[in-house]
Amino acid sequence: MRHIISILLENESGALSRVAGLFSARGYNIESLTVAPTEDASLSRLTLVTRGNDQIIEQIVKQLNKLVDVVKLVDLTEGPHIERELMMAKIRASGESRAEMYRLVEIFRGHVLDVTEGTYTVELTGPGDKLDAFIATVGDESIVEVVRSGVTGIARGPKGLHV
Amino acid sequence: MELTGAEIVVRCLKEEGVEVLFGYPGGAVLHIYDALHVQDEVKHVLVRHEQAAAHAADGYARASGKPGVCLVTSGPGLTNAVTGIATAYMDSIPMVILSGQVPTKLIGNDAFQECDSVGITRPCVKHNFLVRDVRDLAETIKKAFYIATTGRPGPVLVDLPKDVTGARAEFDYPKKIKMRSYNPTVKGHSGQIRKATELLAQAKRAMIYTGGGVVLSDGSKELIELTRMLGFPITNTLMGLGAYPATDRQFVGMLGMHGTYESNMAMHHCDVLFAVGARFDDRVTGNLEKFCPTARIIHIDIDPSSISKNVAVEIPIVGSVPNVLRQMITILKEEGLEPDREALARWWQQIDEWRAIKSLGYRNSDTIIKPQYVIEQLYHVTDGQAIVTSDVGQHQMWAAQYYLFDRPRQWINSGGLGTMGFGLPAAMGAKLAFPDVDVACVTGEGSIQMMLQELSTMKQYHTPVKIVNLNNQYLGMVRQWQEFFYEKRYSMSYMEALPDFVKLAEAYGHVGMKIERPADVEGALREAFAMKDRTVFLDFMTDPEENVFPMIPSGGGQNEMLLAGRDAMKNRHEEGMILV
Ligand SMILES: Cc1ncc(C[n+]2csc(CCOP(=O)(O)OP(=O)(O)O)c2C)c(N)n1
Repeated sequence: MRHIISILLENESGALSRVAGLFSARGYNIESLTVAPTEDASLSRLTLVTRGNDQIIEQIVKQLNKLVDVVKLVDLTEGPHIERELMMAKIRASGESRAEMYRLVEIFRGHVLDVTEGTYTVELTGPGDKLDAFIATVGDESIVEVVRSGVTGIARGPKGLHV
Repeated sequence: MELTGAEIVVRCLKEEGVEVLFGYPGGAVLHIYDALHVQDEVKHVLVRHEQAAAHAADGYARASGKPGVCLVTSGPGLTNAVTGIATAYMDSIPMVILSGQVPTKLIGNDAFQECDSVGITRPCVKHNFLVRDVRDLAETIKKAFYIATTGRPGPVLVDLPKDVTGARAEFDYPKKIKMRSYNPTVKGHSGQIRKATELLAQAKRAMIYTGGGVVLSDGSKELIELTRMLGFPITNTLMGLGAYPATDRQFVGMLGMHGTYESNMAMHHCDVLFAVGARFDDRVTGNLEKFCPTARIIHIDIDPSSISKNVAVEIPIVGSVPNVLRQMITILKEEGLEPDREALARWWQQIDEWRAIKSLGYRNSDTIIKPQYVIEQLYHVTDGQAIVTSDVGQHQMWAAQYYLFDRPRQWINSGGLGTMGFGLPAAMGAKLAFPDVDVACVTGEGSIQMMLQELSTMKQYHTPVKIVNLNNQYLGMVRQWQEFFYEKRYSMSYMEALPDFVKLAEAYGHVGMKIERPADVEGALREAFAMKDRTVFLDFMTDPEENVFPMIPSGGGQNEMLLAGRDAMKNRHEEGMILV
């Protein structure tokens, strides 16, 4: 199963490598990883997407909690949550396909950020699978370049993840 | 008052009550060595190799229960210590490692003797710090000791750039430390504890399986009380030996790959397994698919990640062992819960049948020294009272099997990492912790040569240890596996050109003895232990091809033990061949 784990981490140098090192040392997979500062300067928020059966996910959560720099974490996929990822894609759009590409971007609620004679550079946000679907629909042969931010997320409801 | 960083380091050590520090100097730690020079409260032991500094601090910690401390320089000083740090990490030993680092301005510059110490040690420490500002120094050291000694203990490294130990700051040692990101659970969940106690009382064929966690948490007293109340059989892991007295009738011996037949069979057939401070290591469980097929499992551990890691557990309890056991004792008493005595009697009858097989029996000889016999004599000559350290190999297993440990912290070995070279420096550390207790280092001619230089340190600091070298002229454990699994192709397991250990011991200023006949074993040991103030190297020439039995070949289940002289490796498992 795919899980999104959101972590409040001490904003210490090396804290990120402890998390990354844990995953490589124990052979857990990381599908994506994002880190950024939070409203509290002493903390960063790290979101990672991983896969595994219940037993593996339980171990991942326990091992993460064991890291001294991890202040708090939540497995977002355990409850209702919102997931977002940002993607910028450079796609081939010339001749007949140009209008078609534009329409596709609109259907996926993307924006065009940059235009050249033969390409569009577009921005899309959404859950990871929506971005996957866009790429699949556009087709490999039309993709020049894709950059994705990695997934980030937040739980639904009034409560926040705080120390 | 303002102090230099180096003075602060020394003051912190005093505040922590550190009596002895194991180290080796170098450019990056010279400020600290200078500060050590002008005081005499913290004793410094100059080892001959940084790996030994870590092992000695580790041995000191295992023997005393206090954190071990070592000090090494940057670059090669730190990398030399890594094996010792990893050894302590695998066995959860509280330790603080202070390492020098190049000045902050040069970090990342490939400066002379620079290495990324925090990066290199990250996977083998509980936590580590790089101190960038002298004003953070005292608090960081306080945190290091706090983290190392609480929760599941472990080594913590503090990396100290030279400019930080040279700079000045006000010294203020925090009395207490609170960290929002680190709050180990101590008290177990009372509902779970109650459930576990009730399950134990219902058991018909219960088995208590305890590990190093009982030793580390000083939970032996509570374990003994509870075990006696329940009347169940108890086994200890290699790391847990001594937590329950080996001479007690309820003790069925060590379990696992080279454990006794009765302990492994009792594990396999029990209906309730009570695991206490043990981590279901692969050397213990054998093939996980065949592990305890009929058992409902209770597991107490201070580290949640140890629970249900290898084996799914029905009743997990996160908490410190003595704490949880005390609560269980109270519940048993208050509720007047009693296990089913009749079922228990039948269970013991079965266990006694397994016991009667005498899986540790061996055929002694009057012509060639059997290694098992040496350990039995060591036990006998020391009245079972010595602290015994060991290296890694066959001799380690024989020491664990034939020396009956009656108290915790009496048996010191590298169980998790299995580090050859550990025994001698660890013995030195233990002797410094307990100068009046006999300390023996059981070793092999392979292992001892990995840290032999420490004979020199032992001379300098008068740490009289008895080295019991079971010299089979083979890397015996390797040879045994090659005999069983590689059709006796003894690739690189034979040691040619062994030194004359007697002369070698003498060269270092110690006493050397070579013992070749079984009849001389006891006399030699008596003579050696009579020399209270000397380190004695006893080189026992033992049967070269003796094997460690019983044995669960890897891939086997706990009920598939091979017994000495009975089963040549008949059921060897192909899948087991890929395991180590
Ligand atoms: C540092 C290190 N290197 C290699 C090994 C692998 N190993 C395990 S036991 C063993 C042989 C040990 O030989 P010796 O010390 O003579 O003891 P014996 O088994 O003969 O009693 C070896 C090489 C190890 N455990 N540690």
